[in-house]
Amino acid sequence: MTMASPGLRQSAWTRMLGATIRAFNTNKTSWAGLLIFLAILLLAILAPWISPHDPIEQDIFSKLQGPSATYWLGTDYYGRDIFSRLLHGARYSLIIGIAATFFAMVLGSLIGMVAGYYGGRFDLLVMQVMDILLAFPSLILGLIIVAMLGPSLTNIIIAIALTSVPSFARIARAPTIAVKEREFVEAGRSLGFSDARIMFVHILPNIAAEILVMFSLWTASAIRTEASLAFIGLGLKPPTPTWGGMIREGFENILESYWLAMMPGIAILIVVFALNLLGDGLRDAIDPKLKGEQ
Amino acid sequence: MTASVLKVENLTTSFRVNGVWRPVVRNLSFEIAPRETVAIVGESGSGKSVTALSIMRLVPEVNGRIEGRILLDDRNLVALPESDMRAVRGNDISMIFQEPMTSLNPVLTIGFQIAETLRYHRGLDTKAANAEALRILETVRIPAATSRFSEYPHRFSGGMRQRVMIAMALACRPKVLIADEPTTALDVTVQAQILELIKMLQDEFGMAVIFITHDMGVVAEVADRTIVMFKGDAVEQGATADIFHTPKHPYTRALLAAVPKLGTMAGHVRPMRFPVVDVQTGASDVPAMMPDTVAAEGQPLLEVKRLVTRFDVRSGLMGRVTGRVHAVEDVSFTLRAGETLALVGESGCGKSTTGRSILRLVPPTSGQVMFEDRDVASLPKEELRLMRRRMQMIFQDPYASLNPRKTVGSAIAEPIIIHGLADKREAESRVAELMRKVGLLPEMADRLPHEFSGGQRQRLCIARALALSPRLIVADEAVSALDVSIKAQVINLMLDLQQELGLAYLFISHDMAVVERVSHRVAVMHLGEIVEIGPRAAIFDDPQHPYTRKLMAAVPTPDPVRRGIRRGLSNDEIPSPFRKADYIPPQRQYREVSSGHLVQVA
Amino acid sequence: MTAFLVRRLGFALITLFAVLTIIFLIVRILPGDPAQVILGDQADAATVAALRTRLGLDQPLLVQYATFLAGAVRGDWGASLVTGRPVVQEVLSVLPWTVELTVYALLIGAVTGIPLGVWAAVNRNRATDYIVRMVSLLGLSFPAFVSGILLLIGFAIQLRWFPVISGQRGTWNAWLQSLALPAINLGLIMAAYITRVTRSAMLEVLSEDYVRTARAKGVPWPAVVWRHALRNALIPIITIVGLYLGVLIGNSVLTEIVFNRPGLGKLIVGALNQRDYTMLQGMMVIYTLLVVLINLATDIVYGIADPRVKLQ
Repeated sequence: MTMASPGLRQSAWTRMLGATIRAFNTNKTSWAGLLIFLAILLLAILAPWISPHDPIEQDIFSKLQGPSATYWLGTDYYGRDIFSRLLHGARYSLIIGIAATFFAMVLGSLIGMVAGYYGGRFDLLVMQVMDILLAFPSLILGLIIVAMLGPSLTNIIIAIALTSVPSFARIARAPTIAVKEREFVEAGRSLGFSDARIMFVHILPNIAAEILVMFSLWTASAIRTEASLAFIGLGLKPPTPTWGGMIREGFENILESYWLAMMPGIAILIVVFALNLLGDGLRDAIDPKLKGEQ
Repeated sequence: MTASVLKVENLTTSFRVNGVWRPVVRNLSFEIAPRETVAIVGESGSGKSVTALSIMRLVPEVNGRIEGRILLDDRNLVALPESDMRAVRGNDISMIFQEPMTSLNPVLTIGFQIAETLRYHRGLDTKAANAEALRILETVRIPAATSRFSEYPHRFSGGMRQRVMIAMALACRPKVLIADEPTTALDVTVQAQILELIKMLQDEFGMAVIFITHDMGVVAEVADRTIVMFKGDAVEQGATADIFHTPKHPYTRALLAAVPKLGTMAGHVRPMRFPVVDVQTGASDVPAMMPDTVAAEGQPLLEVKRLVTRFDVRSGLMGRVTGRVHAVEDVSFTLRAGETLALVGESGCGKSTTGRSILRLVPPTSGQVMFEDRDVASLPKEELRLMRRRMQMIFQDPYASLNPRKTVGSAIAEPIIIHGLADKREAESRVAELMRKVGLLPEMADRLPHEFSGGQRQRLCIARALALSPRLIVADEAVSALDVSIKAQVINLMLDLQQELGLAYLFISHDMAVVERVSHRVAVMHLGEIVEIGPRAAIFDDPQHPYTRKLMAAVPTPDPVRRGIRRGLSNDEIPSPFRKADYIPPQRQYREVSSGHLVQVA
Repeated sequence: MTAFLVRRLGFALITLFAVLTIIFLIVRILPGDPAQVILGDQADAATVAALRTRLGLDQPLLVQYATFLAGAVRGDWGASLVTGRPVVQEVLSVLPWTVELTVYALLIGAVTGIPLGVWAAVNRNRATDYIVRMVSLLGLSFPAFVSGILLLIGFAIQLRWFPVISGQRGTWNAWLQSLALPAINLGLIMAAYITRVTRSAMLEVLSEDYVRTARAKGVPWPAVVWRHALRNALIPIITIVGLYLGVLIGNSVLTEIVFNRPGLGKLIVGALNQRDYTMLQGMMVIYTLLVVLINLATDIVYGIADPRVKLQ
């Protein structure tokens, strides 16, 4: 904010980059998670250009084929190429997962930070409401919201975002309270800084790392929830290729062709696991409580 | 000298940091006889606590290494298998720690925690162990020991928990007791009790005591012999009296010079700088008394009238107010420009809350805070912001007082820019000027706080407070967390700034010896009230209120003659300012002892 | 402790009331007439009006609210629009299945998760810790239906050790078989959560001063870990496991579908697909009730584990 000579600002960026790389190096598994995730992200972005087939084009003559040179992972009940459907499905999973978590992060962190900063009865009230929502099974909550709003892309994002808002509120509140207790915040007040300035300029940068790490873990969770909704039948309408939807279709014929359900299942698992690897390693690296004994 | 019970030979303890073994204690040798007390004294990073942990073999095995020999009755502890070492811990050698609040297990009863030691080392059954534990609990003078036996630690005060720790440590009648800063976290009157208790139990049980501390006053009171450690080396050891009277090593001399001694200000009217001693040569300057800085004419800068700050304690379903903490109760005083008024007292006496109420960091319940003829307590928010330019605060913990993510330069510049006192370019030059003023290089402005030492950070906090050119600085235990030598430097800086800028200080501290050195006037606080206030000399030379006297008597003095002093056992607790909701505080009367020296009489 | 419990109970009641109100409002405020939604676009006006009367939707909002609350208190949540049976009856008939499943899953989770977490924490940064961490991370990456399907493919379809379709009762064997796979599925995911929570709680506790005190007085290492450290670590573990029970209930829905096991999950999905609006409303009430009860139970266990709570 202040002392904005270009040299200084650059060194602040360099410092942040350095800290990030150090955090990644603490647990090498975070690099693995990041690489896998970036690879999947790239595949998803390029899906329209690299998929060998149209994901929704039906070919009744080549239905339920095993893996071959033409159909790398075989075909489904309608003769659609599974590999192409997986690539396109990744787009929906990632868009929904990232967008929902992003909105939840912004809204939830704001709620948690403000509640934690002001404390008292306001905090008590807000957090008890959050706790009620948090205790409510997120899948059930998402299920009900989607059922009421209807299963469109936006609605699914809203539903999943709403279910993780309370988590982010909790995630942001705890470190806000810890940082608030530190004397530099009181010093700021005695220096005449406004509450907004203290929150956004002084507290937020100190808790941002914690929140961002949670972003990757909750994106994983959001992708899982989206797939679960689709599996139950509350996903994007067929023939849109979603992983959860593919499993749902495959599950109907589980006895004769179980790989139809297995392939997208493994795809979900890989993405979720990669994000968890990424976030979990970083969380360990930045956890101040565990620092002393490394 | 009788045969030693514990003999440490060439102890070197190292920790592996980034793959390199760094010694934290180097070639330490000493021995200790039964009934003897050896003090290991040093500042942070001297290796004194690591020495204690090494003797107990509690240094983490993954990244710690102990070399040399530690002989307990001819058994080398360094070479002992872990299972044998476990039989030594708590049985032959016991240890008590600094933090009584966290050193006891919160989910186990204190009776269980004491009896456990006896069951493991003495093989007693539960019944016998409990009976013995109860006896020991009585020995350490826990009131109503029988009924408190099965209570959990959270029901005990800090002093009482330290007694429980001592009971635990002594349950098996160890030959050696290691006390690692056992009184540092305690109030001075409680500290006196605990020191007394340790001495008495030593007489009774005949164990050797290794006493680890940073406080030269405590050393003088407890130790037969003293080892002075500096950055991992024992720079000097010998009889305590010799160390104090004829210190040989320059560091010892510097350390002693920096120690404030209660009672050395007799005959001096005004505050005095600390002598500056060169750690390499031991050469020292002779500190002069400060010139008169107090603006005697005109209105006082700050006038606090009948200030009351209470905190409601709510409980029950509806959150009814069931009680109040009477943190500040009917406090009045004045402070002139260039003057230092010290607020002293023990934890919970309301001294910090008084400081915070004056800046309105906590809202006062009633009363007036007249600052430059305006009542801070009733200013509208925007004017309060402006007023806060003129009154600033520095805090106890220099590590927590600076935002770890902001460069120190931008931290100092921020208030200047926020208040529109200068544009960014001017602010930059102002930052450089301020950093020079507190004895730091302007080039350090783009570093982050973690690159500075504790003392430097406190200087930065002072620089930041000065950024708005305040006239009053509330210093809340501002030097309490610093090592003695650093403490002396920061106080000297504060005195110099007072002289240069005519600052008024409200100096909040629990440390009587420092207060004697820096203040013009002193107010003693107890349970939220001022029990005695007056010129520094009057308070220290002629204390009137029983509480003031008790406080003074409890301060350990760095003079080994006092080794033999027995204060007599007591187990008074620090009283709590918590009251029922319908409590009405009594109206207090004060008597004027001499000019400006008031003491509470009823 | 009593005051603590009374306060939590009061809070539970307020929660219940608040959620009931929200449920009531959601159903009414959302765009579209529920009767129209239930019957579909093709229904004629008379049918819709009849249904509105049957559901009480033609009454003023406050009257509807009072009827709804009174019903909720009396345990009268209306009749299913599909089967015509009272919602309470439908729910009660499948509730034991879900409770049984989640209780076993929780048991499996605790019995495997806590020792694994302790083991990993004690061996921090060694191979065992690393393996436990990776396996548990993988475990909680599984959506419950994916792990369920994989178990089904492996044990029921390939190995044929268990029936593909659960839900038989009567014999001890059938009961065990119909419960085993679903409970293992849920239990392993729960175990993954508990392992991680236990590990991090233990790591924190092991660096506390009182653990050093215990070592300094010569307490053997196993007693330090299991008595001094774990007793303290249990306090955060209980809190977080309480929160994860929501995840567990969500996962039980998926598990019930995959293993075709009767239970609340199947009931709610059925109600969703058939737009059984009274049923849905009742299901939401029952889930809220479950959540509130779980919170209360967590609080009680917490109060037992932490002696400091009694003070409040």
